[in-house]
Amino acid sequence: MTVVATICLVALCLAALLVLVRLALGPTVPDRIVALDTLLQLVLMGIAIGAALTGDGSFLAVLVAVSLLGFVGTVTVARFVERRGS
Amino acid sequence: MTDVLSAVLLLSGVSLALIAGLGLVRFPDVFSRMHAATKPTTLGVLLVTVGASLQVDSGDDRVKLLLVAAFQFLTAPVAAHMIGRAAYRTGAGAIDELVVDELRD
Repeated sequence: MTVVATICLVALCLAALLVLVRLALGPTVPDRIVALDTLLQLVLMGIAIGAALTGDGSFLAVLVAVSLLGFVGTVTVARFVERRGS
Repeated sequence: MTDVLSAVLLLSGVSLALIAGLGLVRFPDVFSRMHAATKPTTLGVLLVTVGASLQVDSGDDRVKLLLVAAFQFLTAPVAAHMIGRAAYRTGAGAIDELVVDELRD
């Protein structure tokens, strides 16, 4: 199980690097919102894999909080961009 | 047996995240990037949380993981829709290159 979890975490870091490339390059603000939303879901996966690896669930309250805050954040920035223009 | 199943779920969820990252970098336009970024990561989060729920010891942690999977499945489409609408209205997406633009006609 630890081998699978380490492979998954390394792959998540690779995916996060790709997302950071888009975050840096993204010409418009909606590009960056999409990149940040994806980055947040990568963090969610990382926390879930960490809980699977160690087996204890003390960190899972963060998981629920991060997933809700991520949604609220994305919607807020989308409304902000809509009013201000990208 | 559950170890093998959760390993398969975890690996497939993470590979979806990699595909999403790759698509996010390579696609030319905001809308096509959204296709690549939002759909696979939502399924990836679902697979990873279900895979992790097989590994976690106590019951209420398993409920938290499945709760997050349900939240992501409900909220990700709404968030993606909001981003797409913001991109369309502010002209961030390449509107003139769109072949079919039902919002305009």
